[in-house]
Amino acid sequence: MIEMKSVSKWYGTTQVLNDCSVKINKGEVVVVCGPSGSGKSTLIKTINALEPIQKGEIWIDGVAVHDKATDLPKLRSRVGMVFQHFELFPHLSVTDNLIIAQVKVLGRRRDEAKKRGLQMLERVGLIDHQHKFPGQLSGGQQQRVAIARALSMDPIIMLFDEPTSALDPEMVGEVLDVMVGLASEGMTMMVVTHEMGFARKVSNRVIFMDVGGRILEDTTKDEFFGKIEDRQPRTREFLNKILQY
Amino acid sequence: MMAYWQNVWDRWQFLWDDRGDGVTYFQWMLSAWGYTVAVAAASLVIALVFGILIGTLRTLSGHRIISAFAAGWVELFRNIPILVQLFIWFFVISELVPGMRSVPGFVLACCALGFFTSARIAEQIRAGIQALPTGQRNAAYAVGFTQFQTYRYVILPQTFRIIIPPLTSEAMNIVKNSSVAFAVSIPELISFAMQTQEETSRGVEVYLAATVLYAVTALVVNRVMAFMERRMRIPGLTLQTQGAH
Repeated sequence: MIEMKSVSKWYGTTQVLNDCSVKINKGEVVVVCGPSGSGKSTLIKTINALEPIQKGEIWIDGVAVHDKATDLPKLRSRVGMVFQHFELFPHLSVTDNLIIAQVKVLGRRRDEAKKRGLQMLERVGLIDHQHKFPGQLSGGQQQRVAIARALSMDPIIMLFDEPTSALDPEMVGEVLDVMVGLASEGMTMMVVTHEMGFARKVSNRVIFMDVGGRILEDTTKDEFFGKIEDRQPRTREFLNKILQY
Repeated sequence: MMAYWQNVWDRWQFLWDDRGDGVTYFQWMLSAWGYTVAVAAASLVIALVFGILIGTLRTLSGHRIISAFAAGWVELFRNIPILVQLFIWFFVISELVPGMRSVPGFVLACCALGFFTSARIAEQIRAGIQALPTGQRNAAYAVGFTQFQTYRYVILPQTFRIIIPPLTSEAMNIVKNSSVAFAVSIPELISFAMQTQEETSRGVEVYLAATVLYAVTALVVNRVMAFMERRMRIPGLTLQTQGAH
């Protein structure tokens, strides 16, 4: 489904991704974790070309993302993305947020798009808020609407870039519940997160990245959390720190 | 005391006098006011069209020639005094550019004032666009919008709301700046005031009247813009939180 081959990226002379290779199969849930500055967010943003790469190849469902000739808007419309700061369009109502890309990008009729959008809003449990504006919702609600917006496009994969990092602790659960639901239905997902509970519960694989943009570990969930002594020293240090409390 | 007010009253009676061709000074004043409003309105349309276009082009990344052109536009039209620009349209461009000689003076005056103001509006548009969080742009691209759609549906609608306060000043400025058109014989308010003062020697009354009409016009513009600001307000969102989220 997704394949990254030896992807490298630099900002000026600073290397932010170093020879990263990842493969994600259909229906897999892959969690990416690591310290700040390790390039997790950059890695996930290269998949739908929000961040350009200088070296390597990225393939989504047989389409070459790195190829200059690729129709990026069309490709991105098939990849759902959820951001740390939600990024709903604040000047549009919840309903219009769900509809606009379906109509303008996929060319769906407005009533058809509205039906699909409200189905997704129902599924994230916010159908009562359809007429509100993003600024009138809590952070957790906004993030659930953002997930519904991405799902309305019927994506083949969902990318989550630290979806709970900007939320009050009380609201993390409601967003993770939606994500767990998606995973259990077989949605292909790549999730950058520090929520190790989520990784333990639903992920198939865990990728650990370290400063400098290198992938240190890419292993099954059971191995990652099961035999900590088999992990690399840097990974052990990280896990010990974040699992301490 | 009575005699004093009688005198004041009498001094304004010249307004009903025929200026020599069947038109009273009062009718002339209203017509001159009409010219002031017409010059200002037409110039504002030109300024908005070019200001939005140039301001947007300046923010396009990766198009060096286009953004250099837009930057050049801004510097050209804001580094030369408005009166000089007006004379250049009338005495240089209309002489040197083929076909420009038959263009009416009214149109040339509106071009001069409109292009001058477009440079200022372009800078406000650029500031407004750059004030938006980059996440909004990423979110727009992520749902599959092209660059044009991203500006049309996400960036510019939010930009306009941000820049309404400086745009209000600009719209009021254009009313006041239209007074330079007297220098190229557009029969607007200052033109009326100067000629009437010469013919009737009623300098005090004439300039008081012109002042009041300018002030009233600017106030109307101000109220219209305030109305638009209220109409476009986004529920649940103030400008302070818009930049901060």
